[in-house]
Amino acid sequence: MGLENLFLGFQVAVTPFNLLIAVVGILLGTIIGVLPGLGGANGVAILLPLTFTMPPTSAIILLTCIYWGALFGGAITSVLFNIPGEPWSVATTFDGYPMAKDGQSGQALTAAFTSSFVGAFFSIVLITLFAPLLAEVALKFGPPEFFAIQLLTFSSFVGLGGGNPLKSLATILIGFILSTVGLDIVTGQLRLTFGFTDLMKGFDFIIAVIGLFGIGEILLSVEEGLRFQGAKTDMNMRVVLDTWKILPRYYRTFVRSSIIGFWMGFKPGGATPASFMSYAFAKRFSKNPERFGRGELEGVVAPETAAHAAGVAAMLPMITLGIPGSPTAAVMLGGLIIWGLQPGPMLFVDNPDFVWGLIASMYTGNVIGVVIVLAFVPFFAAILRIPFAILTPLIVVICAIGSYAVHNSMIDIWYMVIFGVIGYVFKKLDYPLAPLVLALVLGDMAENALRQSLIMSQGSLAIFLTRPISGVITAVAIFFFLMPLLTPWWRKLRGLPRSKAASAQS
Amino acid sequence: MRVADLVTASLLMLLSAIVMYDALLLGAGWSGDGPQSGFFPFWLAALLAAVSIVLFVQAWRSWSKQPFVTREQSVLVLKVLWPLVGFVLLTDPPGPWSGLGLYVAGAVYLGFYMRWVGRHDWRTVVALATVVPVITFLIFETWFLVPMPKGPIEAWFGY
Repeated sequence: MGLENLFLGFQVAVTPFNLLIAVVGILLGTIIGVLPGLGGANGVAILLPLTFTMPPTSAIILLTCIYWGALFGGAITSVLFNIPGEPWSVATTFDGYPMAKDGQSGQALTAAFTSSFVGAFFSIVLITLFAPLLAEVALKFGPPEFFAIQLLTFSSFVGLGGGNPLKSLATILIGFILSTVGLDIVTGQLRLTFGFTDLMKGFDFIIAVIGLFGIGEILLSVEEGLRFQGAKTDMNMRVVLDTWKILPRYYRTFVRSSIIGFWMGFKPGGATPASFMSYAFAKRFSKNPERFGRGELEGVVAPETAAHAAGVAAMLPMITLGIPGSPTAAVMLGGLIIWGLQPGPMLFVDNPDFVWGLIASMYTGNVIGVVIVLAFVPFFAAILRIPFAILTPLIVVICAIGSYAVHNSMIDIWYMVIFGVIGYVFKKLDYPLAPLVLALVLGDMAENALRQSLIMSQGSLAIFLTRPISGVITAVAIFFFLMPLLTPWWRKLRGLPRSKAASAQS
Repeated sequence: MRVADLVTASLLMLLSAIVMYDALLLGAGWSGDGPQSGFFPFWLAALLAAVSIVLFVQAWRSWSKQPFVTREQSVLVLKVLWPLVGFVLLTDPPGPWSGLGLYVAGAVYLGFYMRWVGRHDWRTVVALATVVPVITFLIFETWFLVPMPKGPIEAWFGY
């Protein structure tokens, strides 16, 4: 059944209009990925209002293509400017920037784009195969199972996110608390409004994304004194073809990194650890590990393959379970609701043309993407040479437009400013922002799942452990939550040196 | 850094106290047909209170000489922040006054920032501050039909 469905999907994705949408999305996305302060998540959030009037399938194609473009754009800034646009591009700078300084930027960029494409393609094939199966399983899920999956989602931020696990936990809780502000749809009571009518609508996570990631990021990059001194690009067809001749040599790295990326990626917050892990593995298995960090091509291939495999894999839980694996997927989930679709396993039953059009567009989008970025690198790199005093107010105005457009309300622009300041402070103090956004998105769903489960069990929390599926998932979630406590103890037992809790550093 | 960490942890404690208070007013227990409205927020806030107390203790024990921001950094950040607030106020101030609308305020903001921080020459400033809002206007208002706050100047053109 898989192939016919995919064929149906291609019929949706390969119409002239949807292909045009894909090209526009990739171009916009790459620009967004290159610009400081505009990453995948808030780029998608800002442009979300533009899709309100589009048919849902074209809308999701536009947004996903912006996402792919942003992923590609991150590689450009990492290699040429040593500025990782996204946390998962950090590992790409280790070898990408030294290569660029050596005058091999063309090679590094070709390798980065090609690896991204390979990683993404690997994940898309797996999504095509597994998404229908997972959706079928998920159709049997009840509220306790969904709540258990939510627990698992957030436990992986605490257990695998790196950094201070308590700070991750704190931002998760803040996100959930913010999601409860406003009208409680079950009882009809107002919560945490203290008589202010403006608070009745609650906080929209799209505004939070634009503020936290957009304005917050701008404040941070201003503080660092913004000097974009980039290496020159020497992209031409010859360099691309020459690099493609070398790349098959690294087939082991491609396979290993793709698997790491997919495996880490469908859990939330997975892309960044996946890229570091894949880099560390490539270094360990390499014949000449001493060249890593000084401009080794394999050091670009490994993290880029894994990061993109993970970035694409983050879409799997979103389309099958209705639980986004990354802030960007969360914004898309918000889009689904606005377009009148119910995210979750029922999508495969009710809207097969939408789901399969989306999956097919992942193939077309990534093919278009790799061609466009390879062809237009100098153009995208030139964007970062626009003077900072023009870029900053421009990005701020675009963020304000995006915030206002969501509900046509002025208060949202003020929320954006406040979230911007919070984002700046939190980022400086190492409070992770992605869990906050995801909690804000999933808050209502989590609370409803918890309520219904507790009604089923008449108030007993044991329901999450006694049902077989939710029991297993809850147990894994509890294990992840406790991991920061267990790791030091485990290391001591094995006589290993003490280290900071399972962190993402290689 | 230490002071900033301590202040943040304290603010989180305050937040959880406020949330718990509100949740208790609504009822955080069990009613006849399920958990009450305050149930979920109350336990979230209780957990947040516990976490922020531990974070406070962690910050208290740690020592870092690195300041949260240096003076030069804070000047740079404020140079972005207060024109931003000015731009939002100019667009549509709260209260009965009407603003200039987003496009005109955006033009003023863009021009001001380019001239003041970037010291670009007046020709570039005026050119960009006119062209950029016009293009955004065309994209959002006419092409995608997404309305933005508008002021007297747009009204003068008939929008």
